[in-house]
Amino acid sequence: MEILLGIRDALFLILSFDPELYGIITLSVAVSGVAVGTAAVVGVPLGTLIALHPFPGRRVVETLLYTFMGLPPVVAGLVIFLLLSRAGPLGFLDLLFTPAAMVLAQVVLALPIITGLTMVAVSTEHVRVRETAMTLGAGPGQVFWTVMREARRGIAGAVTAGLGRVMAEVGAVMLVGGNIAGHTRVMTTAIVLETQRGNFRLAIALGTILLVLAFIANLLLHRLQGGAR
Amino acid sequence: MNVFELEGVTRAYDSRPVLAVEGLEIREGLRYAVMGPSGAGKTTLLRLLNLLERPDSGQVRAFGRDPWCLGRTERLALRRRMTMVFQRPHLFEGTVEENVAYGLMVRGVPWPRRRERVRAALARVGLEDMARAHVGGLSGGEAQRAALARAMVLDPEVLLLDEPTANLDPANVSLIERAVLELNEERGTTVIMVTHNVFQAKRLALRALFLHRGTLIEEGPAAEVFSSPRSPLTRDFIEGRMVY
Repeated sequence: MEILLGIRDALFLILSFDPELYGIITLSVAVSGVAVGTAAVVGVPLGTLIALHPFPGRRVVETLLYTFMGLPPVVAGLVIFLLLSRAGPLGFLDLLFTPAAMVLAQVVLALPIITGLTMVAVSTEHVRVRETAMTLGAGPGQVFWTVMREARRGIAGAVTAGLGRVMAEVGAVMLVGGNIAGHTRVMTTAIVLETQRGNFRLAIALGTILLVLAFIANLLLHRLQGGAR
Repeated sequence: MNVFELEGVTRAYDSRPVLAVEGLEIREGLRYAVMGPSGAGKTTLLRLLNLLERPDSGQVRAFGRDPWCLGRTERLALRRRMTMVFQRPHLFEGTVEENVAYGLMVRGVPWPRRRERVRAALARVGLEDMARAHVGGLSGGEAQRAALARAMVLDPEVLLLDEPTANLDPANVSLIERAVLELNEERGTTVIMVTHNVFQAKRLALRALFLHRGTLIEEGPAAEVFSSPRSPLTRDFIEGRMVY
């Protein structure tokens, strides 16, 4: 019953155009979007590069990547917190408890996932794709691009997994963002707060909105992936 | 003029020797059949010619130059003078037309000219009505013909074919053989085709090579190799007595 009422409240909340709620939604989307975008820009070429070019120590790199794919968010948050805290090596940047710190923490979480899954996606077929492109006269850069293009479904899956990781994440953003109302409060930290306050209906309503946002984001990624084939 | 010259070439995979060729010259404008049982080193020879692999020792000269002494750009320029079709070709995600246009696109050929050449190449292999078809829906024969069109559209000086008609029905075999023959006769393209099929080699080749366990046993005019082979191994293979 509580869940159904929560879903109804979610609808009311969306239609109420409450500025605070929309502020939280906007910040959530912006932080997760920038984090996944950054992780994808770095992770997709990096994963492709690792898959295409064997180098000494590649196994170690792969194992490390797989390990960091399961990095507990609070640990990532703690490390970023210590780096950005006043006494930390990056304290001079004064980023702690800002959306930028939250983005940084989420990049740390999404990057190994996107890099690792891209590597797997590219590894599957890359020899055939690379050699076909080479026999047709593609240069090294064109081969690289072709391999990425051919693995685009797998890469879109990697980005989707990265997005899922950051959108659902709460521990790291809570630690480095501080859940400050109107400044660093995002959907997940707001849900935790409302649950602690005993506002379960509001928490479920926020959770429902978060799910809808995740659905829309995945839908867009699926479209980018190249349609329904 | 020779398009390829091989001298003291050896190649091994994981220290297992797969090819050793003392000397071989491939002459411009001819059609070669590369024959031999499985594991004879036929595909490795083709890969060395297409510069996909580097010999462990010796020299493979292409168009008079040692590609492995050249910079990347010059080696790419050499590779662009030839192309290869694999036994099980990989077609890129997309339409037949996009696949056939790929090699022209990487060479920077402008779209109107590209389209015109793609259409002509598809017509050569009887796929003109399937330009917009997605490659996922092609039969084995159609996919092989699309791969051949993708190679032929480049108007290469050398066409390397690795068992292009294996597992295809007679109609597709005939279509592919005709297209290859036309390309050689009309454009003077050197054709080097790996085949298990002695009858196909007899139909197409002007010269024949026979490899056995990584060694070049003999090379010569096809008519001679088929009628009076110098090696008993070649004779056994041609007469179907070689079990492999």
